[in-house]
Formats: sequence, C-alpha cells, structure tokens
Amino acid sequence: MEPKTTTVEINGFSCRVWTAGSGPKLGFLAGFGGLPKWVPFLDALAKERTVIVPSLPGFPGGERGHAVLDSHLDWLLALRQLLEGAGLAGADLAGSSVGGSLAAEVAALWPAMVKRLALIAPFGLFDENDPATDPWAQRPGDIPGLFCADPAKWEALKTEPEGRNSPEWPIEQVRASEAAARIFWPLGNTKLEKRLPLITAPTLLLWGGEDKVMPRSYADKFAKGINGKTEITVIPDAGHLAELDKPDEVAAAILDWTK
Amino acid sequence: MKLMWFHLMPYTELPDDFREKNPSVWVDIHSSLFDPRRAHHMYNDFMDELEFAAECGFDAICVNEHHSNGYGLMPSPNLVASSLARRTTDTALCILGNSLALYNPPTRVAEEFAMIDCISGGRLIAGFPVGSPMDTCYAYGQNPSLLRERYHEAHDLVVKAWTEKDTFTFNGRFNQQRYVNIWPRPIQRPHPPIWIPGGGSVETWQWCAEMDYVYCYLSYYGYKAGQATMSGFWDEMKKLGKDMNPYRAGFLQFVGVAETREQAMELYAEPAEYFYGRCLHIDPRFAGPPGYATEETQRRGIKGMVSQAADASRDTQRYETKFQTLAREMDAIVDKGYVIIGSPDEVVEQLTEVATNLNVGHLMMLLQFGNMKKELAKYNTKLFAEKVMPRLQHVHSQWEDHWWPQPMARKERAAPASFHPIAQAAAE
Repeated sequence: MEPKTTTVEINGFSCRVWTAGSGPKLGFLAGFGGLPKWVPFLDALAKERTVIVPSLPGFPGGERGHAVLDSHLDWLLALRQLLEGAGLAGADLAGSSVGGSLAAEVAALWPAMVKRLALIAPFGLFDENDPATDPWAQRPGDIPGLFCADPAKWEALKTEPEGRNSPEWPIEQVRASEAAARIFWPLGNTKLEKRLPLITAPTLLLWGGEDKVMPRSYADKFAKGINGKTEITVIPDAGHLAELDKPDEVAAAILDWTK
Repeated sequence: MKLMWFHLMPYTELPDDFREKNPSVWVDIHSSLFDPRRAHHMYNDFMDELEFAAECGFDAICVNEHHSNGYGLMPSPNLVASSLARRTTDTALCILGNSLALYNPPTRVAEEFAMIDCISGGRLIAGFPVGSPMDTCYAYGQNPSLLRERYHEAHDLVVKAWTEKDTFTFNGRFNQQRYVNIWPRPIQRPHPPIWIPGGGSVETWQWCAEMDYVYCYLSYYGYKAGQATMSGFWDEMKKLGKDMNPYRAGFLQFVGVAETREQAMELYAEPAEYFYGRCLHIDPRFAGPPGYATEETQRRGIKGMVSQAADASRDTQRYETKFQTLAREMDAIVDKGYVIIGSPDEVVEQLTEVATNLNVGHLMMLLQFGNMKKELAKYNTKLFAEKVMPRLQHVHSQWEDHWWPQPMARKERAAPASFHPIAQAAAE
C-alpha cells in the first residue's frame, strides 16, 4: 500500500505524516529508530482503519526538530502539536517503544486526546533490579538482534533502498537514535511512573516474548500504574519492536482492542 | 617552538591477559584491577616525573581529564596541576583540559582555573575539550544530543565569568545563575590562553579560528596518521584568511630516545606495547553515541569530501576502526609512526620533520607511556632535554607565539617554602 505523505510543522521543523486506509482513525507512533520505510504492520492496520503515522521530531522523514526540545515539557508539547496537526486528537492511539512512552504521556496529560491506547513495550520506566538494556551502547553487529527476534526484519527496514546510495540515509538513521537519546538518555527513565495514574484510557500492553530491551516485568508496572482498564498480551517469537517481527499478530491485537 | 611534556597517568599494572579477559579499559573496567596502595606510588611517581620534566626545562607540563579509565588516572587534572603549581617555578601548566559540559555549574571551571592561575603566578593554559564519548556520555552519563550545545554555552559562561567585572546574571539555555561573580579572578588578562583539543571536525577548526584559540590534535597514532587532520586544519585556516602561524596548533607525539635506535627499540618496546595493547583496548560499544558527531562531520565522513582532513579522525568511527586495526607490536608501532624512537640525532630529525610538515608550534610529547617505570621515564626526559630539545627550539622561530601564558614577573612571584615536618625531624 502507498500511503499519502503530508507534514506537520513544529517549532519550525517539519515532521512527516503518513496516512493510509479508511475507517475510523488510528494513530501510530513508531519505536526506536523510527520508520525509514513503510512496513507490513501498517498495511495490516490500514485494512480496517485510517492509519495515521506521525514521525516524531528527529525521526525519519523529518528534520532536526528534536534539536530544539531541551526539556521533557518541550517534548510533550511537541507531541501534542504533532497529534493535533495530524488530525489525531481524540482518536485511538498506538505506540511502540520510544513512541509508546510518548503516547502514554499524552494520554496522561491530556486524556481527551486519546480514546483507547495500545502500547508496545514502551520506554519511560527503569527498575535497577531488572534493568532495561542500553540501546546506545551496542556493538554495531548486535543491533539487529537486539531490536528484533528476527534480525533480518530490522535489516530490511534499515537498509537503504536499491539505487539510492545517499549519505543522508545513514545520517537519518543516526538522527533517529539521537532523537530518542535526547529524551531517554541514559536509562530510558522519564519518571513516567508518576504520571501513569492519570491515564484513564483503556490500555492494551503488548510485549514481544523475546524482547531483549524492555524486561517483561515492566508490563506489570504499567498495568499496575495505569488507572484505566488494562490488559497484557505477549506476542510469541517477537522482539522489542514486536510490530516488525509479527506484524499481523500485533495489528490484530490492536485492531481488536480498539474495535 | 614549544616543547611540552605530557602525562596521561596510565595505571601501570594491568595484567598480561588484560585484553583477553576484559572487554574494555574504559567505562566498565573492573575495580578489582585497581589497587589503591599501588596507585599511591603511581601518582607520586607520575608527579615526580612531571616535576622532573619541569626541572629539565620543558616549556610546559601537561595533564588531562579522563573518567573510569585504566590509562588515564586523572578524573581531575586540576588537583594535579595545583600541586604542580606549588612545586614548579617557571614552567607553563597546561591543563588539556576540563570537559566543560561535565561541570555543574560550569563556573566551577572558571573558579578552579582562576585558582591555579593565581597559585602559579599566571602560568596556566586553559584547555577546553568537549571530551570523549567514553568520558562524557558513558562514564558521566551526559546526553550526547545535548553535549555540544552545553559545551558551547559553558564556554561562554566561563569566559564571561573571567572577564566581566561586575556580578552578572547568566540566563542560558541550560545554565541559569542569578549571581555570577567568581573569586578568585585569573592573573592573566583578559584570561588564560584557551586551547581546544579536538578530533578532526571542521566545525571545531572554524570555531578555533573565529575565537583565536589554539587547536590541539591529541591523537595516539602519531604524525603519519595526524598529517591528514593537520592538513585539513591548515587548509581551513587558509580558507578563513588566517595566517599560518604554527602556534595556532598543538600536536601530541609519543617519543622514546636512547643512545642508539637499537637501544631505543629495546628500552621502549615494552611500555609501547603495553599502551597500544592494553591501554587502548576499548569496547566499540562505547565508541559512537548518537549525536556525539555532528551531522556535518558525519556527512563529510560519509562523502569522503574531506577524506584528506578527517579520514583518521572521524568522530563516529574514530575509536571503532582505529582500535580494531591498531598496531600492537613494536615494529608496527614504530613503522606507523605512533611512537618516534631513535638516537638523539634521529629523533631531532624526525621531530623537525613533524613540526615542519604538520606546521605545529606546540609539540606535546609523551615521554612516559604505558607501564614505563620512573627511571626510564626520567632517562628519556633527561636525554631529550639535553640532546634533542636544544636542537628543536629554533624551529618556527620566525613566528611569535601569541597563545602562551603571560605570568607575573619572576621577582614578583612567591617562593613556596620547602616542606620540613617538625615532628618527623624530631623523631629522627
């Protein structure tokens, strides 16, 4: 499926927005590294819904919008503008990893912005007895297998399309990692725990059974902290970015939750 | 030219199988390898060596900052420099430097450097590195995406704290202080010379040119690998309309001098192999936090546009590729120019070539490296001072060094009393 591409401008920097499918709106905020390419997971969502995919500041398809976001409040205000600009105010919202954390923040601070929430292994907490892996201190060869149960899934997303060969491609991938670092360095801990009780939206917590980044115990912490109804669903044979490993299963769970 | 004596303060007793049994000399090096009672002797030996270099007439003695690092035992070079300020008289004290973004508030650096400048009578060279990824982002947990912005703001704050006469308010992006008014103030006016140790990034060169600061390329890979970076630097200076004054630049070089080349090979092989084998064993996972290298630097690296300028020093790949292809055997170490060795004649010849080809007026030399013992470090230092230094000092004599400390006149300076413990004397 070929999505429609538009942009939203935040603080003078553009962020890419993809839109595809039809039906009630469903937003998706991508995980660590963002989406340099359209992925099968989005096709699966678009079969039943109008899928709207705003790219976070600094994430692929946009500019260096993260570079003016100095505080957590700056980030959250940017997210609110991004979702409003993408036409997602009041819609169902899904988010993975880094994007999942920000989706939860928006649901906590502005409850009317999010109808139902689906979070895939979100960042934002840290438990020193069960620490999350440091995604920014990895030997290059270890990265694909860290984020996906099937490293080929990560490679496919991150490999530059044939014939492009632009220096901007690798820079865009580093930029996405930098943008995530800007808000989550060094532990991924934004003290989101304090704001979880403000979330009243029904929240689905999805976790890859083979997640090597976010420990499974964090799902329980989210479920315990969130005030709205919650459910934990583990996706077998999926890694941290479960939507890349098991697009159909993750999409089905989200579509079911937001039906 | 200026001949400066640099100490990294490496831990000298890392085990023979260090590289096989440990992932990294930096960041997560295990505490069981550190014996504080042995470190007591190392620190005292190292400070003896620095003081000995000052006695031998080197123009400056240099210290630097590292954290969680088995080859650099100076988390605070300022502590060492303040001691050296009391124990030396005329030598410049070069701190290369304080990684500005690590200090909160950065006025701490302005204060401590001002203290050292006062204690030493105006002999301080103030170095401001951004700091390596290992030191800043990993050991100190700084955000790589904010590091350079914080660094630049901290620089502005420190310089203003040194130069502004009245108490002022600093309303920065990252630092806000209602009352900035440091006591003491530096002796040197408007402030101590500022030197910037950096990699091969064009932005740093441009900034040094704009601010009229000395650019220092502190590589462990010697003059052959450094040629490309220094050429890039000078090309940029030309482009910016700056003169070619070699004192705009500093360069680090390992040196081992002996009576003959054979003897030098024999004497310096062990400490050199210790340094390149154990001290530079760094886990590549700490090499390139995202955002540490600017996009412009990445772009130039990827396109190879300034391969002549940045090839050996691209921030993103600097540590990884370097450490994977590193020469660790003495023949290769010498062949690649990491360490210059030889008889005094041979060392004079090579260093003259280095100073001329790289056009550097400030040559910083590591005459102690790796696990080199004090006796050998002193031998190397003394022989260099007697047989090499006098034959290098005239190089670049047609240029004036505008970036050197301006101390108080000698007769105006205090003469620190020597130390005579009364109780101990009585006991003896």
